[in-house]
Amino acid sequence: MNPRRKSRLTGVLAIMLLVAGAIYMVLSALSENMDMFLTPSEVIQGKNGTVPKQGQRLKVGGMVIPGTVTRDEESLKVAFSLTDTGPVVRVEYEGLLPDLFREGQGIVVTGTLAAADLVIADEVLAKHDEEYMPPELAEKMKGIKHVKPQDATY
Amino acid sequence: MWKWLHPYAKTEQTYFLCQRLFPWFAFLAVIALLTGCVWGLAYAPADYQQGDSARIMYVHVPTAILSMSTYAAMAIAALIGLVWQIRTADMAVAAIAPVGAVVTLLALLTGAAWGKPMWGTWWVWDARLTSELILLFMYLGVWALYHAFDDKQTGGKAAGLMAIVGVVNLPIIHYSVEWWNTLHQGASITKFAKPSIAPEMLWPLLINLFGLAMAIGALALLSLQNEILRREIKRPWVQKLGEQA
Repeated sequence: MNPRRKSRLTGVLAIMLLVAGAIYMVLSALSENMDMFLTPSEVIQGKNGTVPKQGQRLKVGGMVIPGTVTRDEESLKVAFSLTDTGPVVRVEYEGLLPDLFREGQGIVVTGTLAAADLVIADEVLAKHDEEYMPPELAEKMKGIKHVKPQDATY
Repeated sequence: MWKWLHPYAKTEQTYFLCQRLFPWFAFLAVIALLTGCVWGLAYAPADYQQGDSARIMYVHVPTAILSMSTYAAMAIAALIGLVWQIRTADMAVAAIAPVGAVVTLLALLTGAAWGKPMWGTWWVWDARLTSELILLFMYLGVWALYHAFDDKQTGGKAAGLMAIVGVVNLPIIHYSVEWWNTLHQGASITKFAKPSIAPEMLWPLLINLFGLAMAIGALALLSLQNEILRREIKRPWVQKLGEQA
């Protein structure tokens, strides 16, 4: 490679490294704000030493604990408990739930922290995992039976 | 080792190479996309959780993966254009950018259409979706920068530099789902472990991935031919082509 090309190549690579370094620093500075949601443990125990205050708006993501979903007979009010590894956060919501909402499903809720472990949600989003398989295989492997939302018993 | 590449620094050689390659790319693209779409949309089994809605992945996943691969291809062309100062490579950058932008837009739109029934929202500002949107802006920026200069030599240089700088975004898009909490799920097939997808669903997906890659190649070839004609309009060989037509 002749010297001029070499200097151009090093120039281009140097620019790339500088930009990558700058972006790395920006991202690591922002890293706590880059997460889309807090986990229930982070809501209760705090994240990086700051526990969310009551009345604060936040997003919480966790798994719906089976058997905790309660529905109001008269309205669209629904309540359920979220967890990740230990602490449990109760969520109250009024509105339509996404099709994927099921017990044991990953859920992200947006709302206000009403008590230390109670979120009044105004939006509920379902998160699904990266595994795709036909229903028969899922039943065999995971013991999960696919239930259409309208046939759900809870 | 790279001697065989040298003739293609001449735009004339590249133009006729594109012309020869195009039918192959187009043929493979049509065959593979037809097979993959019919197999995926009609015959592959439905997903255990998402039912038939998951079938949109046969369109969404290829566009999303290839929006990044196309960017990598564009950045390699830009590097060659900047370091070896080969004009044909600059033209390739300008030719690939609009094709890549369309693929990225498709990935975003099909993703929104999938997100609405499954997640319950068209759009969230999570790291994966946001970084993919930035990729769209990078493509549009490279394209706009190239055409912003009357002197295409300068335009090529500026666009090339922007294309190379934007490469930083690619690992961010790929690892966004691991580095941060996102609503978007993790990778199913672009990882080193066994794919988290049943084989009878994986095959049509891979066929579509191949088909879309060929389609992007075919479109980029056409686009490069046009760009060469536009910039070399005064050359004798282009004039001769015009007389023949």
